[in-house]
Amino acid sequence: MIELDALAACLTTPACLVNQTTSGLIIGMLLFLVASGVTLIFGVLHVINFAHGSFYMLGAYFAFTVYGLTGNYFLAAGAGAAGAALSGIVFERLIISRVYGQNLLMQLLVCYAFILIVDDLVKIVWGAEYLAMGIPAEFRLPPLRFAGGFVPPFYLFLVAMAVAIGVGSLLIVTKTRFGKIVRAAAHNASMVSALGIRVNIYFALLFGLGCGLAGVAGALAAPVRSLTPGMGLGILVESFIVTVIGGMGSIPGAFLAAIILGLTRSIGSVGFPLFVDGAMFMIMALVLIFRPTGLLGQGTLR
Amino acid sequence: MKNHQSRGPSRRTVLKGAAGAAALGTAIVGFPAYLKAAGKPIKIGMPTIMSGRVAILGESSVAAAQLQIARVNKAGGVGGRPLELVVRDSRGKPDEAARMTRDLVNNEGCDIILDAEASSASFAVNEVVRDIKKYCIHSNSETSSLTAEPKNQVPWVFRSARQGIHDAVGGGLYAAKVAKEKGLKRWATVSPDYAYGRANTEEFMEYVKVFAPEVEIIEQTWPKIFQPDYTENVTALLNAQPQAVYSCLWGGDLVAFTDQASLYGLFNQFEAFAVNLGDYPVITAIKSLPEGVHSGSRYHRDIPDTAENEAWYKEFMANSKVLPTNWSWENATAMDFIIAALTATGGDTDAEKLGKATAGLTIDSPFGAGGKLTMRESDHTLVNYMVGYSKTIAKDPYVVDFKQTDWADIYKHEDEWKKRNGYI
Repeated sequence: MIELDALAACLTTPACLVNQTTSGLIIGMLLFLVASGVTLIFGVLHVINFAHGSFYMLGAYFAFTVYGLTGNYFLAAGAGAAGAALSGIVFERLIISRVYGQNLLMQLLVCYAFILIVDDLVKIVWGAEYLAMGIPAEFRLPPLRFAGGFVPPFYLFLVAMAVAIGVGSLLIVTKTRFGKIVRAAAHNASMVSALGIRVNIYFALLFGLGCGLAGVAGALAAPVRSLTPGMGLGILVESFIVTVIGGMGSIPGAFLAAIILGLTRSIGSVGFPLFVDGAMFMIMALVLIFRPTGLLGQGTLR
Repeated sequence: MKNHQSRGPSRRTVLKGAAGAAALGTAIVGFPAYLKAAGKPIKIGMPTIMSGRVAILGESSVAAAQLQIARVNKAGGVGGRPLELVVRDSRGKPDEAARMTRDLVNNEGCDIILDAEASSASFAVNEVVRDIKKYCIHSNSETSSLTAEPKNQVPWVFRSARQGIHDAVGGGLYAAKVAKEKGLKRWATVSPDYAYGRANTEEFMEYVKVFAPEVEIIEQTWPKIFQPDYTENVTALLNAQPQAVYSCLWGGDLVAFTDQASLYGLFNQFEAFAVNLGDYPVITAIKSLPEGVHSGSRYHRDIPDTAENEAWYKEFMANSKVLPTNWSWENATAMDFIIAALTATGGDTDAEKLGKATAGLTIDSPFGAGGKLTMRESDHTLVNYMVGYSKTIAKDPYVVDFKQTDWADIYKHEDEWKKRNGYI
């Protein structure tokens, strides 16, 4: 099961090393974008958004439509993010805010119902057929070569975007007035509202920001992933693993965990191809045993 | 226990007697059963997958079956009775499929089952129709043992789908020929990690090696079904540097894999063989389809390249929301056999009679080699359909240069395979 020879051969070959390291980063960065939304919402609102994958899906579908209309990928990615963020705000106001105080099972059921409804809505609007956006013309370039390895330019762009968006959302939460109000409101909502601030609006906006992160991930990945109703579920599981390993509520933790998982997948596919998923869950289990708050999670969190 | 006989007829006896008298009365003064049924629709139950990620397969199956039914109903039905399709969504779950099949027969009054399920659920449906003795055609399961294994066979159950072993022989012969011509010895595979993916890949590579013994497998990578990202599998293939790659990925997974592999220029580096690439929804969804990929026969308007097939394609497109798939022609064929069998029995839906009418039957079909399809008598499976490979081009018609496998070759190797497995 463990192919040590193949692993050793790969780690000593520059070409293989380049291929596997870059692919690890690519897998990791898209995971990070989705997971950062989960962790942001949890860190501030203390709600686990099990429907997060649906916003990833909506982002991809919105981007698909806008790309079809305009032919502009950057506009499409922006529309995916905005569409998912708006849907997130609606979801927060109309649905999830009603179960904030309830137990976890209730939140889980509400989210699951939402997932099923959105999947069917997507099927009604866009059809049951899988759709593909195709690589935008500006990225239809031959792969770059480094030390014998291959790196597609499109993936370099994805990684750069993911890092920029991740850093940007971290700055929004930690440095801006909006971020400070939201964090204060999460800490003591009645105090903040006594100061004349409408807390609900800030909560909804933060929820929208988190969903927008999922949406932009879906939109950015849309050119290389097929779009199907239900595509959010697979990414949801992996992004939860990232969130748990990194520490619930910690964006830098999600970043670190996403890179660890990405590299586990890419190196694992050479060294232990049958145990890639197993290894991911094993890492999660080890983190839960030895560092229950996650790698960079704060001890005060649940 | 006391003997109640002396107390005269019990309520139950009276009821039984009344029922018997009524039945006798109907038999004497009533109409013969077949006349009484005249005008009433013949109901055909169809469990299939209408939701989730493969909903398009079920939708394209129902559209095809409805098309054939509409045609026969327009012409007055069978023996004056129209056909009616009753569709149930099992979501591909075996227990649901079995339950729905019973429900279709017991509560919906279906006399015939068109089992449009994927393999795992088809085996569950097979158990039910054997048990309740209803005429059934499995229209989608390609798993060879469903009909090849004697213990699964009954006189009233058939398969109108491709059979795995036929495609394995056809694919093996074709790939071995290309391998010899181009000197492709180092092979790799990338297929989904579940029963179908593993079995299909093993069968295909087995026959490639039978016909080209110099071939060796240097890398096998197994993405999970519905995996969103294939980068690790793509780079595993890049690192192994094979000369040829085989894949039985399908549907949206194949679309995503192809797009992601294209980013790495993978298709410029080796010969690729993808058995499921030729399905319309797949091949039209891929925006930059690589040229020269060897694609297995699924359903295509030009395969076979006849006026009948072209006409069927146009009629399907005019009546369906979704594109035709491999499942479409298989369900249209199932319905054609059902209609032919019903016509032969004069509308009688007795399982044994329909079974007798179907076994060994050859029908005219737009999907057959030479315009004919046969339901083979010995093992109740479809033969003489289109088996072979084409090559992709970037534009419509997407695949060209179809090479049909000679059925004589398939029969020969299928017989050997059956003997090896103890089926004959």
